Amino acid sequence: MRYTILLHYPELMAAGELDEAAIEQGQAAFHRYAADLSAAGVLISAEVLAPSSSTTTVTAIDDDFRIQDGPFADTKEQLGGTFVIDVADLDAALAWAKQAPSAQWGPTEVRPGATHWAGDSWV
Amino acid sequence: MKPVSDEVRAAADRAARTSYGRLLALLAAPTRDIPLAEDSLADAFEQALHTWAEHGIPNNPEAWLLTVARNRQRDVFKSAAHRTSTDLEEGSAVTDLDAIDPDAIPDKRLELLFACAHPAIAPEVRTPLMLHTVLGFEAAQIAEAFGVPAVTMAQRLVRAKKRIRTAGIPFTIPGRADMPSRLAFVLEAIYGAYTIDWESLSADPDPLESLAAESLYLAVTVAALLEIEPEAWALAALIALSSSRAPARYVDGVFVPFDAHDPARWDPALIVEGEAYLRRAHGLGMPRGRFQLEAAIQSVHCDRRRTGVTDRTALAALYRALVEVAPTAGARQALAAVEVAAGLRRE
Repeated sequence: MRYTILLHYPELMAAGELDEAAIEQGQAAFHRYAADLSAAGVLISAEVLAPSSSTTTVTAIDDDFRIQDGPFADTKEQLGGTFVIDVADLDAALAWAKQAPSAQWGPTEVRPGATHWAGDSWV
Repeated sequence: MKPVSDEVRAAADRAARTSYGRLLALLAAPTRDIPLAEDSLADAFEQALHTWAEHGIPNNPEAWLLTVARNRQRDVFKSAAHRTSTDLEEGSAVTDLDAIDPDAIPDKRLELLFACAHPAIAPEVRTPLMLHTVLGFEAAQIAEAFGVPAVTMAQRLVRAKKRIRTAGIPFTIPGRADMPSRLAFVLEAIYGAYTIDWESLSADPDPLESLAAESLYLAVTVAALLEIEPEAWALAALIALSSSRAPARYVDGVFVPFDAHDPARWDPALIVEGEAYLRRAHGLGMPRGRFQLEAAIQSVHCDRRRTGVTDRTALAALYRALVEVAPTAGARQALAAVEVAAGLRRE
């Protein structure tokens, strides 16, 4: 089954609250995590997002679109990255989610995929 | 014809439910699709009514039901409507079922129990889901026991069953590392089935039909299937020992407080049964868990039947240990009360 692991955490780095050593440590942890997922043959894709201060939200209003500075929901924890994995079941997905470096700093969501685009159709 | 006694009827109900749970668990395990397994099994039972009436009951009724239900499941998988919403993994599940020898049907009820009490299932629906799938109780019966409208309970069960499939909750027995926490959820859910009925137990004219008896049956089933888990045996002991006092809780329809019970009214067979489970739990030689301590407390109480007195010093020691392991408000209150009664603490 395909699951997307959604990492939510407070944006300490963007807020300038992390020193150089902590940032390097975090990057090394994310490198190890992705390498482990890849070595286990379960990784489909991995994406770490830029801070939510750089995001732009598009909302349909009447016949037009409103373009807004900032995230859709302004919360303390922001979506910071996604890992799409293919594993046997929820227990396997949860085991990987617990190993995500950010799981120590914020909630990690494990969501099954309903369908995904492959080639020229949804499967 | 002789009228069927309540005991015989209860035994027949139990046998039917055991079969139901075993077959449902087996049919649902590979696909995690409980509603489809339920539908297939319902079809098989209905077909049995007609076929068995005409041709007699087959030698192995469970194998017959399994085969018919399995064919029904396969038909659904083959149908175009289902093909678009199913993946290869589910398709191969039918092949898994084919590999099962109907004469040696494996017991997958434990896997089903672990799915029902999975941490990803809301705690309040775990006990109802367990009663519904493993024991085959209707949503309306469970709703009555939990004091909620039948429609509400039916909706909760439908949601939970759907969630097992869509979230990918596995039908597996957890490994050693996860076992303690995951087993605790299963035991909690079974204990939940016992406690909801506790108040009405003695008012029930036929305790065999009560959920207390069913929860004991589930606890023993889990303990026997896992073999070496002391807390599972301890829960069976706790329920058996607590249930033994049911006949003394009401005398002529009047509630009797526990201290005023006439121990002669307690059920000696359940006490013997409970003590045997408790010895088995202790014999597994691990640090005593919550249910072992609670069962030991009930054992001390039950010993009043033999000695005529309650060993309050032993009770106080057990409650102190219980407060260490499971520091609930109830355990602390009970400890305080027992220490006062034992003269170990001033009121």
